[in-house]
Amino acid sequence: MELIINGDRVEVPATITTVSSLLQHFGIDQKVVIVELNQEILEKASHHEATLSDRDKIEIVNFVGGG
Amino acid sequence: MSERYSRQELFTPIGKEGQSNIRQKHVLVIGAGALGTGSAEALVRAGVGKLTIVDRDYVEWSNLQRQQLYTEEDAENRIPKAVAAERRLKTINSDVDINALVLDVSVEEIEQLMDDVDLIMDATDNFDIRMIINDIAHKHRIPWIYGACVGSYGISYTILPGETPCLHCLLETVPIGGLTCDTVGIISPAVQMVVAYQTTEAMKILVEDYEALRKKVVSFDLWKNQHTAIQVDRLKKAGCSTCGEDPSYPFLSYSNQTKTAVLCGRDTVQIRPPEKRERDLEQLAEILAEQGGKVTRNPYLLSFHIGDHRLVLFKDGRVLVHGTNDTAEAKTLYHRYLG
Repeated sequence: MELIINGDRVEVPATITTVSSLLQHFGIDQKVVIVELNQEILEKASHHEATLSDRDKIEIVNFVGGG
Repeated sequence: MSERYSRQELFTPIGKEGQSNIRQKHVLVIGAGALGTGSAEALVRAGVGKLTIVDRDYVEWSNLQRQQLYTEEDAENRIPKAVAAERRLKTINSDVDINALVLDVSVEEIEQLMDDVDLIMDATDNFDIRMIINDIAHKHRIPWIYGACVGSYGISYTILPGETPCLHCLLETVPIGGLTCDTVGIISPAVQMVVAYQTTEAMKILVEDYEALRKKVVSFDLWKNQHTAIQVDRLKKAGCSTCGEDPSYPFLSYSNQTKTAVLCGRDTVQIRPPEKRERDLEQLAEILAEQGGKVTRNPYLLSFHIGDHRLVLFKDGRVLVHGTNDTAEAKTLYHRYLG
């Protein structure tokens, strides 16, 4: 499946079906992130039920601490 | 002297009126590291009326690559950052009332810093203090601008009490751990980019051009050539205990603080996060091993020896910082290596 993540085309395994599994795939499921799926912001609680389809546009913002 | 702000006044959204507005404002910059020195310099050059800058640390050689107000002499003499910043800022613009404080800001101190402040610039390096800033900013209805960076990545968001979602709405909980500039590094253009976002938003607030504010969380990765801005209004929670209808400002209360205690006679400070949480010692061992120190561990704890200090991390979240009796120094080391 091809997704557009932060503007880049990214090929992910077909086993990734939800936003939760995508975050796990990238190893960032423990980080504080805000995810937008096709220009709609997602509540954290809905990550596991937000399903992904080919060519979905995803924006991921990671809240880091440094400065 | 009258020419000083001429180019800024020629810029239509500011103009002479905007400039006189900027002159009447007081900005508090919390932190005088990379972001703090960048923001402070930009705002002082822009002619803000008063600038207060607060920091608990001193200048080290590893700061010079990106912390733009400091010199080799400051690092050589371990000058407190607030002091070194003040000296340099005064030579940049003697018109500005610059107030520098060598201070470890936590709940007890922050209330006293709010006097006549129009805007708070976040230039801190951890979420414990940011949640305190978020609470106090809402309590006093002062706008504040979150900024952070690590590696080639940066992020910023402008928080207006009563209008935007607050940091508590966005994060839900206080992140523990994570990447820091001392574990994965930082390049100065990432700092400068965050500073540019923060100070431009600051100027809009200072000239009271609220319409022009970005209203989105912006993030970027300069090395990966990525840029993202997302609308987060929907994440504002009516029941938020910081910005909701019935706020209790939980991070201003003692129970939600990261607590420090000096262990008498042991040259050790204990740091305890507000909630019990399990640390992934295996992952931490890998990250810390790359820092040049010595890592040893057993099933219950991890010991990290670096320089004159030793950090002992327990699974329940507690950390002992050996080699100091100074809670501010211990907190600096804690956040440096553990985020």
